[in-house]
Amino acid sequence: MAFDQVARSFMLSEIVKGMALTFKYMFKPRVTINYPYEKGPLSPRFRGEHALRRYPNGEERCIACKLCEAICPALAITIEAEPREDGSRRTTRYDIDMTKCIYCGLCQEACPVDAIVEGPNFEFATETREELFYNKERLLANGDRWEAQLAANLAKDAPYR
Amino acid sequence: MPKLKINNVEIEVEKGTSILQACEMLGHEVPRFCYHDRLSVPANCRMCLVEVKPGPPKPQASCALACADNMEVFTDSPMVKKARNGVMEMLLINHPLDCPICDQGGECDLQDQAVGYGFDRSRYYENKRAVKDKNLGPLIKTVMTRCIQCTRCIRFAEEIAGTPDLGMIHRGEDSEISTFIEKTITSEMSGNLIDVCPVGALTSKPYAFQARPWELKKTETIDVHDGLGCNIRVDSRGGEVMRILPRLHEDINEEWIDDRTRFAYDGLKRQRLDRPYVRDDKTGRLRPGTWEEAFLKVSERIRATNRGKVAALAGDLCDAESMVALKDLMRSLGVDNLECRVDGARFDTSARAGYIFNSGISGIEQADAILLVGTDPRKEAALVNARILKTWRGKRVKIGLIGENADLAYPYTHIGTGPASLEDLAGGKGAFADVLANAKNPILIVGAGAFRREDGVAIQGLCRAVAEKYKAGYNVLHMAASRVAALDIGFVKDDLDLPAMQVVYLLGVDNPDILDQINPDAFVVYQGHHGDAGAMRADVILPGAAYTEKDGLYINTEGRVQFAKQAVWPPGEAREDWKIVRALSAYLDRPLPYDDIIHLRGRMVREWPHLAELDALIPAEWAAFGNPQAPISKDAFVPAVSNFYMTNVITRASLTMAKCTDTLLKSAVMGENGSVAAE
Repeated sequence: MAFDQVARSFMLSEIVKGMALTFKYMFKPRVTINYPYEKGPLSPRFRGEHALRRYPNGEERCIACKLCEAICPALAITIEAEPREDGSRRTTRYDIDMTKCIYCGLCQEACPVDAIVEGPNFEFATETREELFYNKERLLANGDRWEAQLAANLAKDAPYR
Repeated sequence: MPKLKINNVEIEVEKGTSILQACEMLGHEVPRFCYHDRLSVPANCRMCLVEVKPGPPKPQASCALACADNMEVFTDSPMVKKARNGVMEMLLINHPLDCPICDQGGECDLQDQAVGYGFDRSRYYENKRAVKDKNLGPLIKTVMTRCIQCTRCIRFAEEIAGTPDLGMIHRGEDSEISTFIEKTITSEMSGNLIDVCPVGALTSKPYAFQARPWELKKTETIDVHDGLGCNIRVDSRGGEVMRILPRLHEDINEEWIDDRTRFAYDGLKRQRLDRPYVRDDKTGRLRPGTWEEAFLKVSERIRATNRGKVAALAGDLCDAESMVALKDLMRSLGVDNLECRVDGARFDTSARAGYIFNSGISGIEQADAILLVGTDPRKEAALVNARILKTWRGKRVKIGLIGENADLAYPYTHIGTGPASLEDLAGGKGAFADVLANAKNPILIVGAGAFRREDGVAIQGLCRAVAEKYKAGYNVLHMAASRVAALDIGFVKDDLDLPAMQVVYLLGVDNPDILDQINPDAFVVYQGHHGDAGAMRADVILPGAAYTEKDGLYINTEGRVQFAKQAVWPPGEAREDWKIVRALSAYLDRPLPYDDIIHLRGRMVREWPHLAELDALIPAEWAAFGNPQAPISKDAFVPAVSNFYMTNVITRASLTMAKCTDTLLKSAVMGENGSVAAE
């Protein structure tokens, strides 16, 4: 026992093993990425920042059914609705408190018209809390900005639903 | 008494009981759409199919099949399950898949039963049928594509409301509910169509898209728009009343309420007094003030005034607590000028039997002859009218009316317009006198309008004479929710000289007639919840709570004590009314001996023990009230209500009621399509 230990200490075998591993990785491809200039892959099911989508003709999808508000376990969503001038059911207020949200994705599961979705954007950190209280305008703007990717992600995930 | 077995459990039921009712007695759920407890049975939805042996080997509609001896009924056999699935699938062929935008979503019979009995996908690729929406007026929104032709609305309009406006036209797939000619529904009970409709075809227009049932806080309370004290449920969200629904009370409103009760709630959000106001000495205008300032001003003026020149009036919507507190305060100051009959009625208040609805509202159903005096029950208390209609439909009772001709939804004999006809009846003259004499259980319903005249006490005495002569039930139909409570606690003075008063304390009084009688130089304190006529006249305004914003006892026209619960908080700085009176008493150095509502109620019950008997009908002792010998004028009785939709401050502040007045009363004379007057 003692002989083994002494021999190993003198022959520096552990150091050699460790260095061998280090040199081995020098010749393998890198696993880290140069964030924020490079980004890792995201699943189409990724649940990031929320967005309210529109139909291709520009009509907002949300019909104020309030199912997302009902299912939200963090009570982050607040909706108020009334008949629009043409008599259709629309929200007058659609607020998400992003500081309450736990990004569980139940809102998009509940939505019957795929209006509220959690998009691929996860880079929406802000300097103040207030900026994280999203209103309808902000959510619709998100939808407009991310629509191409949102639609592609929904289409990719559709066969598994 | 047929004896039968339901799911192998034996039960004995009354003859004529339907299988569906028997199943319910045993707690077996039977799905249904067209069947409704209070309506006739058409058996057209076929959802309540059950298997019955012996009989043909096919399912039977349980709502329309009477129980018979030795029947064996199965409510969950494979045959029944298959039948229900089939019926449900057929109903869903044409029902749109728009639950997310439907206001019935979450409380829809079809939605619930589709989950229970339906199939989660469709086998049909054809287009669904579409039906044109009907315009039924400012209260009811229609989406007729959702209709499943259960015909509950048709039967309700005909049987309960007495306005046969609706019907079914065309056949098969083309059949639709319609008003035949394009017209709005003119019933004052039309809001109940919304409750009756099992799907989202008829929904509430003012409530359209406002809220979902699951986000509402439900408070079971009492209505104050008429003297009946209808049981209601107030649905609120975040301090705002979103809608009002009826609650079952067999002896008052069954399961209906009238449109004023149901739709006037938006008046609770308008014209509200949310802070104290004080009239500025320099400018002579009302300006916002603080509670302290308002109380100081009021107490200063009361102190400086001779106690004989101070009066307190209680309006139509007050709870008993606030009236007792105000009475206690005034008594401690040595003031006895208290009056609650702010509509100008005069009648003898010495005997309780003389001012309540002695027979009880459900007692109308036992009557076999009904005499209406100076009343239009359809406008004054729509549910009493519905009760009379129910009685008339059941046994064709003879109904007589003394007063202005009115459309009452059932035929009646118009005896006369003034007290002369009443005198004839008291003397046994006229055709209707024979009807009353031959009736076993006649009743007399005297409206609030009959006493609103100089000779009110004489009219009351005459009515008593008629009631005693024919051994008829004597009933007064009050219109104000607070009136009987105020009379019970003695908030009256028969010879009040209002024009001589220098300080007048108005507890929610907005009747223009009585406001006009107040001396222009008098100092007026208005405690109430709406900026209406009373607040305009006031020198100090103390903002109080409306009926949805405070706990309180109300006594309805039958003398039934009911407890109303607080649903939301009063707006701004407004407070519960009895607390305001309590706070004012401290400024007057006469602190009332109660600091919370429990002690106040304890004090009330000690003096008036019947206030503790919640929801009980205590018979009043018969006594000689009124004075039939007093001189009676020949003037005709004047109806108490001209506009059903505008009777108090809440309804006057309501946009929905304004719309109703506009479209229903101005464009169409209310009830012109109704029944024939005079038999």
